[in-house]
Amino acid sequence: MKLKTLVFFCSAFVTSQVLAQDAMDHQGHGAHESHNTGATTAAGDEPKGESGHGAHKGHSMPQSGEHHGHHGDMQVPAAANLEHAPDQPDHVMDHEVLLTKVTIDQLEVREHEGSALEGSAWFGSDRNKLWLKTEVEREEGSTENAELQALYSRAIAPYWDLQVGVRHDFQLEDGDSKNWGAIGFNGLAPYFFEVDSALFVSDDGDTALRLEAEYELLFTQQWILSPEVEANFYGQDDPDTNTGSGLSDVEAGLRLRYEFTPQFAPYIGVNYEKKFGNTADFLRAEGESTGETTWVVGLHAWF
Amino acid sequence: MKKTDPQPVGFPQISRRRFVTGMAAGAALLGMPGSLTAGAPRTNPAPQTLRGNQFDLSVNYLPVNFTGRDRTAVAVNGGVPAPILRWKEGQTVTLNVTNHLAHDTSIHWHGLILPSNMDGVPGLSFNGIKPGETFTYQFPVNQSGTYWYHSHSDFQEQQGHYGAIVIDPAEPDPVAYDRDYVVMLTDWSDESPHDIYARLKKEGHYYNRRRRTAGDLWRDIREKGVAQTWREREMWNDMRMSDRDISDVTGYTYTYLMNGQTPDANWTALFRRGEKVRLRFINGSAMSIFDIRIPGLKMTVVASDGQNIEPVTVDEFRIGVAETYDVVVEPAGDHAYTLFAQTIDRSGYARGTLTADPSLRAEVPAMDYAPVLGHRDMGMGHGSHGGHNMNKAAGKMDHSGHGDMSGMDHSQHGADMDGMDHSQHGSTMDGMDHSQHKADMKGYSLHGGRPELGGMQGVWHTNDLGRAGHGSNSPIVHLPSEHGYGVDMRSEMPANGLHDPGIGLRDHAERYGRRVLNYSDIRNLTPTLDRREPTRELQLHLTGNMHRYMWSMNGIKFNDAEPLVLKYGERIRITLVNDTMMTHPIHLHGMWSELETGDAEYIPRKHTILVQPGSKVSYLVTADAYGRWAYHCHLLYHMPGMFREVRVV
Repeated sequence: MKLKTLVFFCSAFVTSQVLAQDAMDHQGHGAHESHNTGATTAAGDEPKGESGHGAHKGHSMPQSGEHHGHHGDMQVPAAANLEHAPDQPDHVMDHEVLLTKVTIDQLEVREHEGSALEGSAWFGSDRNKLWLKTEVEREEGSTENAELQALYSRAIAPYWDLQVGVRHDFQLEDGDSKNWGAIGFNGLAPYFFEVDSALFVSDDGDTALRLEAEYELLFTQQWILSPEVEANFYGQDDPDTNTGSGLSDVEAGLRLRYEFTPQFAPYIGVNYEKKFGNTADFLRAEGESTGETTWVVGLHAWF
Repeated sequence: MKKTDPQPVGFPQISRRRFVTGMAAGAALLGMPGSLTAGAPRTNPAPQTLRGNQFDLSVNYLPVNFTGRDRTAVAVNGGVPAPILRWKEGQTVTLNVTNHLAHDTSIHWHGLILPSNMDGVPGLSFNGIKPGETFTYQFPVNQSGTYWYHSHSDFQEQQGHYGAIVIDPAEPDPVAYDRDYVVMLTDWSDESPHDIYARLKKEGHYYNRRRRTAGDLWRDIREKGVAQTWREREMWNDMRMSDRDISDVTGYTYTYLMNGQTPDANWTALFRRGEKVRLRFINGSAMSIFDIRIPGLKMTVVASDGQNIEPVTVDEFRIGVAETYDVVVEPAGDHAYTLFAQTIDRSGYARGTLTADPSLRAEVPAMDYAPVLGHRDMGMGHGSHGGHNMNKAAGKMDHSGHGDMSGMDHSQHGADMDGMDHSQHGSTMDGMDHSQHKADMKGYSLHGGRPELGGMQGVWHTNDLGRAGHGSNSPIVHLPSEHGYGVDMRSEMPANGLHDPGIGLRDHAERYGRRVLNYSDIRNLTPTLDRREPTRELQLHLTGNMHRYMWSMNGIKFNDAEPLVLKYGERIRITLVNDTMMTHPIHLHGMWSELETGDAEYIPRKHTILVQPGSKVSYLVTADAYGRWAYHCHLLYHMPGMFREVRVV
């Protein structure tokens, strides 16, 4: 059972990565171009325009294009520490790299045959990125909810990204799949709270709001306690998905992880879920519980 | 030798065993002979010395093993470091450099005054050296002293592509010594530099293993009380910055090398009883700033960045990435001494031994306490750096990018703004209110009326410049371009970086009784050559966003920047304002950076200037070299953005 769950999560993740790869081809170039114009704007478009520097694309390195090629006839060493990404030029100051980061925020087994995955992946440059976010939750052997978001993310302030895109709720046993448009802010709030917020509007006009905040408390450089809270609000009652208008549910977690490396950290913790208002009524009507506290064991990792 | 509280804010001393010091420890565990004599196993030979004026250098891959793991380095003539090149002032040198790598390479002759096309910066001086190709450098050597050379391609400096240059003077050397050694300090990682850079981009604090913990908070509360602790933490929390952010890359991945030897391999320099030994320290690191001392020995600093200075005797000095310092020591014949170079963040050290007797070695000292940043490091004025200066101004500091500039910025400029060259166009100080900079941009765009002089890429002051040698008294101006997503801090009241030995060294005099060198101690040995006053002043801000790991100047990164244009023959002042909390070594190619230390008669000439966090520093430049020159932060992973082309026309 557990194994099946994991396989499901993994395949969900692979799918999202494939999607990411697909999107890269478009987003990659888009990111590059709009990056330049974007940065120019931020760097004071008026002055540049007025001083006649407008058409300065590529002024930096006239010959730099020639250097980006790689030389197939030379023998390339296999040593890991010499790996050289193909999109990286040989001039240090030109290093405008496009990177990919995949984060498994939570991949965990919960009490009562539950399990969950929360993860994200981004690809792009300093300013423009493509984000994928996924959340999957299983309880007592069945998938309670599974969603995937694909977002365009743009850096708009030192600590904040604006994110716009779509969210897909997968079809589960009791309900339909659902598509939403999404807009939100992702970033670091004062006092080091990592915040993810989003407003969703579905194709049939439903609205939803999600607020997430996470904090990291270091006991040592390796032992890190991470409290986290997520709240969902809806603009309407939807019996199909068991969601009611107003505050619908709150999930709070407390996870203690040990960072073997900053990129690999198993954890134990406790997760608390509580349904409110009409959402709770729907569940009561079906004879289900409206609140639950479970122990969790899982893995936090990124690469 | 007064001992005070060993930790200003207090966190556990990192054990010096926490970073990898090399292989010998492992060998000892395996039951190898434990006596660490001069014949201790060395996996990496010390660099050879090449003399003359014709050199064939080949850049190739080299298998190395510094930590117990096999890796591949980028070497010159099979050595890491590359061979020491010993030249003679007045000769013309010819260097045939052949590239045996799979990627482009190049060699930049760091600190050498030479024609622009020989400077070795791909994209500016030439096209780089393609795989399989040979490039011939040829230039006259018109200076003497200690310099170095390194790749200016990709991240090859991190991989071992660096070596020393020693130029013997044509005239008798004013420095008396019996024997000299190059001491090259570098940082080695088993990780690929591209991985390091990617990790920093993904998580800026990845290599910082000294982040604040709950224990630190508890200690603060016990010592200072809740209220005071809250006030001190408030600003850092509000700004989302860490007061432990000293080095981007640390001993967590680095093993620090002295002449290519790990601390355990213990590079050893021998001397004969009674000799004066000249040590030519070169910091060839990618990212590591070192504090150097030799317990038990006074060091007389005789040269800085290759140029002779009036001798100054110290116990300790900081060497920024790419700087060089020559010191003369007079060791006693029956002693061994440890050459100890601890990193600025105390996450590791390089170490060697100076001894007359190869069977002797000295104790390796414990590292000093690790520094914690204070308000002055954020450019918030001279308040005590314990953080007691917390006041409303701190709360008002503009860090959000949303223009909360009220108050802070204007008070200090006021009337001084007349000195800016846009004031002649009738714009007023109101132009400084960035919260409405759309409307007031016109005030700045007037700079753009002189695009041939650099346009909007910097603030050029032309009036009330102050006397040459005495630094800047121009107002601090943050351009609108500093208000983007790539800039997380602006120094509103930058301290003068000249008299500051730097973070972690400021209390060494009172705490350990050590005399620490600072820039204001440095006076050139011979009188200033160019006695002209500067005709204009470029104020350039070093900017960045640690969280996103982006670096820039004036908030504009290299790819988006216009060249800074200088007129041939002019004498200008450059004032660097550090709007970050990192210490940046800034290197101008092709021309001297003449540091304004307050003595106009003996201005020292440097090629790399350390700019303290939240501080400013000024130097004069005579634009006497035509061409396109690189001007950048010498921290390797800051180079992609904190970089400008300087064009002398």
